[in-house]
Amino acid sequence: MNPILVLIDLSPTGTVLDSAAGLLGVAAQIGTPVAVVVGRSEHIGPAAERSAELGASRVLVAETDSHALVEPMVSALAAAIKAERPDAVLISNTIDGRDVAGRLAARAKAAVAVDATGLMRDDEGVVVCHSVFGGTYTVQSAASFGPVVATVREGALDMRTGAQSLRVERIDGLGGELPAATITSVEAIRTTSDRPELRSAAKVVAGGRGLGSAANFALVERLADVLGAAVGASRAAVDAGYVPQDRQVGQTGVQVSPDLYVALGISGAVQHLAGMQTAKTIVAINKDADAPIFDIADFGIVGDVFDVVPKVVEAIEARDS
Amino acid sequence: MKIVVLVKEVPDTYGQRVLDEQTGLADRAASGAVLDEIDERALEVALSYADEHDGTEIVALSMGPASSEPSIRKALAMGADSAVLVADEALRGADLVTTAEVLAAAVRRIGFDLVVAGDRSTDGASGAVPAAIAEFLQVPSATSLSTVGIDEGRVAGTRATASARLTVEAATPCVISITEALPDPRFPSLKSAIAARRKPLMTLSVSDLGVAIEDETRAHSIVLGVARRPERVAGLKLVDEGDAAGRLVDFLADSKLL
Repeated sequence: MNPILVLIDLSPTGTVLDSAAGLLGVAAQIGTPVAVVVGRSEHIGPAAERSAELGASRVLVAETDSHALVEPMVSALAAAIKAERPDAVLISNTIDGRDVAGRLAARAKAAVAVDATGLMRDDEGVVVCHSVFGGTYTVQSAASFGPVVATVREGALDMRTGAQSLRVERIDGLGGELPAATITSVEAIRTTSDRPELRSAAKVVAGGRGLGSAANFALVERLADVLGAAVGASRAAVDAGYVPQDRQVGQTGVQVSPDLYVALGISGAVQHLAGMQTAKTIVAINKDADAPIFDIADFGIVGDVFDVVPKVVEAIEARDS
Repeated sequence: MKIVVLVKEVPDTYGQRVLDEQTGLADRAASGAVLDEIDERALEVALSYADEHDGTEIVALSMGPASSEPSIRKALAMGADSAVLVADEALRGADLVTTAEVLAAAVRRIGFDLVVAGDRSTDGASGAVPAAIAEFLQVPSATSLSTVGIDEGRVAGTRATASARLTVEAATPCVISITEALPDPRFPSLKSAIAARRKPLMTLSVSDLGVAIEDETRAHSIVLGVARRPERVAGLKLVDEGDAAGRLVDFLADSKLL
């Protein structure tokens, strides 16, 4: 089986991020997973070990103390493509990942596929699956030849593979880096919440303009907490200042595919549906019986969220106790 | 300073968007078309710098069908000094690397100190084009900036990833992209809209730019198949008469969602 390169995401403190497990898991299904770890010398060893635990057959490491934004990853992967002749290069679909993919594809003259929701192999090679226009369409693509550089949607992959014994090789001869932006400071974002991360959460409770105020948005959070769900919002709620922009679900925000999506006081503009219509089960509560969200809801309640939601919270708490 | 702002006409996201199931391309005729809102914000970044700095020249650059000219004119109405539209049938369905290569060639032709783009368009949404353009131009890129400070010779900003908030800087010439966190764009006044009709809008073809888009040493992404997801159908919809909460909890329990 040909190698599948997987760029391992590291936190600023060198921890291997959760995305690595899914990327190595899918890589094992379409080829031989080979991890690529690019980082500071003190981070490389532990990250390589972790990569092997998560299923990397080999780990290619590139040591850098550069403060250049993404450039060390691009040059390491470009060197690894030459040496390994992989069928695919898998990268998380983050802001860094998209930069790496865009530059790498241009530099290596390789095909690129962004925001893959799945990967598989047919007789001809690696096939990339995409979910387009908020899941209204599924599209399959492939490289005309050579490796496909693919960024993979966070939280889209749930396959895992078994641990491998650790085999580390160095990538040498990075050098010759292009002029790059430099990172002048890094502040780790503290996670203040015990709630699951929005993109990958199995359940999401989202609120819209119908909540009426930032204070009332606490109702959304209460239901989220009894369900163990992440909190989302419609663009209208974000624009009204009820919640920060990183909560926004929709075409211009986060796109989610949870098992359960609960829409509270959300009318269901097409813009919003594009971010959540691939949820397995959709529940909507809205006092407007004509709200378009009801057209796609599996369970809709025409009613006042301030009336219904507290009762739902109570009933779930009563069951749990 | 010469600033090139990348702009693009996109299907209006407040309408239903349609993909041609034969070609996998967006059906532009099926929904209304607008200038992408994130591009208006990118233009606002350049315009507010120009407000404070005499001698700033702003060029709006787009790649798209010739029919997108009215949307590109909106950038002129907002205050860009001139516009360039790369329109060529050969670019229909161009993948993101080809798009970046063509736009980079156009940027080079225009001349630039700074390229400003939106972080991702609302249609293609790859979010990878600005970095790829920078690669073709062999200059630094600082993407997804949620604050931007432009100085002569240098651009700085903040960039939030999932695990960290970074401050980054790049020497000009460089490429940046900005997020929705940047200020709302200005509305064109009637006067500026009228003036925009006399501003230069140049249309270029691929051969004008000398880009070999048929380069056979470069691999492309090809569409193998397109399928429309079955429409979701409405399920149960009940009017709350006091018992809806209980029925919802039963539904969640039966669906093993509690």
